[in-house]
Amino acid sequence: MKDWRFWFAEQRGTLMAVAIFVVMFIIYTSNHPAGFSVNVVQTAANKGVLLAFVAMAQALVVITSGIDLSVGMIFTLTNCLASILVTGTPLQVTFGVIAVLLAGAICGAINGAIVIFGRLQPIVATIATGAVYFGLALALRPTPGGTVDETLADALTGKLFGFLPASLVTLLAVILVVWVPFRRSVAGRAAYAVGSSEPAAYMSGMPIKRAKMLAYTISGLLSAIGGLFLTFFTYTGEAAYASGNAYTLFSIAAVVLGGVSLFGGRGSAIGAVFGALAFRTIGDLLFVFDFDPLWQPLFQGVVLLLAVSISAFGLLRVRNRLEWFG
Amino acid sequence: MIAAVQKLSKRFDPAVVTAFGCIILLLLVGSIYSRNFLSPEYLLQQLKVASFLGVIATGMMFVILVGQIDLSLPWVVTVGAMMSSALASYGTAGAIFAIPFGIFCGVLIGLLNGFGVAYLRIPSMIITLATNAVAQGLMVVYTGGFSPQDSASPAMRYIATGSIIPSVPNALICWIIIGSITVFVLTRTTFGRSVYAIGNRERAAYLSGLNTRRIVMLVFAISGGAAAFGGVLLAGYASKAAQSMGDAYLLPAIAAVVLGGTSILGGRGSYLGTVAGVLLITLLQSILSVMQMPEFGRQIVYGIVIVLMLLLYGREKRLR
Repeated sequence: MKDWRFWFAEQRGTLMAVAIFVVMFIIYTSNHPAGFSVNVVQTAANKGVLLAFVAMAQALVVITSGIDLSVGMIFTLTNCLASILVTGTPLQVTFGVIAVLLAGAICGAINGAIVIFGRLQPIVATIATGAVYFGLALALRPTPGGTVDETLADALTGKLFGFLPASLVTLLAVILVVWVPFRRSVAGRAAYAVGSSEPAAYMSGMPIKRAKMLAYTISGLLSAIGGLFLTFFTYTGEAAYASGNAYTLFSIAAVVLGGVSLFGGRGSAIGAVFGALAFRTIGDLLFVFDFDPLWQPLFQGVVLLLAVSISAFGLLRVRNRLEWFG
Repeated sequence: MIAAVQKLSKRFDPAVVTAFGCIILLLLVGSIYSRNFLSPEYLLQQLKVASFLGVIATGMMFVILVGQIDLSLPWVVTVGAMMSSALASYGTAGAIFAIPFGIFCGVLIGLLNGFGVAYLRIPSMIITLATNAVAQGLMVVYTGGFSPQDSASPAMRYIATGSIIPSVPNALICWIIIGSITVFVLTRTTFGRSVYAIGNRERAAYLSGLNTRRIVMLVFAISGGAAAFGGVLLAGYASKAAQSMGDAYLLPAIAAVVLGGTSILGGRGSYLGTVAGVLLITLLQSILSVMQMPEFGRQIVYGIVIVLMLLLYGREKRLR
């Protein structure tokens, strides 16, 4: 009984995100002209997974009480890289995919190295590296273009067994292969400990540097998976500043919706995934209600504003005013 | 000799000295590249371009000093530009109130940010992101997603491009006035000292009897107002507002403040440093464009320079 309560308290943010997503998705599909059909789910899944990967990337860094404002730019850079490398014979395609993922991981590792060994604030450091990554993307793709192996792209964005969106299966696989082992490893635990209190983690002899480095590197890798998927959807690479920026901002929004504390140490990447799916569904709600698409940015903004204001209800529970100041 | 250096470094922040050193270095590099680089006309032109960033960075500096951040800057700049030029199209009365109205809209968004941060205790990074999205949404709905047709009022054009004192741009004078007020407020008023106190430790400031919540809210209002005024100046400079014209100012504004030695955690920093940071970034951008470096190269150099300079003097203490 006690165990169950602890588990619930720990997972509250994630469960909230799941609940928000389920409610939003029910509203979405019940008002969609095509109803709850395989194609509606597949389209929604394909849109959602892009943000889900980037949100997971953001969540990993946020858990260590950092922030990565370059995730969107790594996403853009790997998109451009994939549009060049992931083509040709099956062997070339395989190496291309590996190279793209490796590039993302390296970008993440550079962020980590600057934050850990350079001892710079993550927010400024990643703004600067984000500019560098965008510059590289622009160098690779001055104008939109390129191709991607269509067999692989169609396989990963299509349906499995005729009803299961392949992109969702990939997302699940990535969670199981990347997130779950990390969460259960010593480094994963240390990442949470660093997020809760870095001095305490240091005093307890936790492998702080390894944990942070791993978090940033995996974050880069996850952004690269997102970038790869973007290439699979669009068949091209484009160094779009606005889109990269939007993904960075949306990833923070998704992380917050997903119950990950920005102060670090609380929440999970799974929550961030549901936060991302919920955020995308909210954005699409307008279309099923036949609103002018012009209102979409305002609607998304207002929903975001309301979502973040909900956390203010916690203030009602404050017994001592000093708790205001964290 | 060592004593003299120590005395000097006590008097001057090493970060500010390094930043000014880099400015001189950039000027030297530029003058090797082009003879015109040190001419008064070119330097005044640079100062004029720098004053837009300077005005915007001033607001950002206040927010960073209390240990927060304002990510709503891009669309507050755009709101300032669009709303002032929108009012300017409503006859004479509109033209008169165009500038104050633009600033007023920015202050309103800033107050909303401040209320969320100070009273609702929402992390500033989130709430300003949300208000940025709302401001963008409002402007997209208002303009229909296109660049608005309204053009800037004559007064807006005059303060951005004219010169009341021969050959000294008015925009620069605006920055000097705003800068002087900022220096006075930060160093000579209770409000300014409170800003530093809150940045160091809000809990301690609260226990010392400061109304920290009201001060934080005011700080965000100042940031919104400064960003909107920057937008008004930019609209006057280009003689009209444009979609997402503020996007190019978020990173430079934060970078300028941080390169000037202001701690991103708050509580430490001088306005002189911000001036140095603004000049540094403007000169860097200018040199890269004089060298006709393509856009991708500019982005890469820009990012690398910021990281390197911060590694020089912006590092945190080792954990013990």
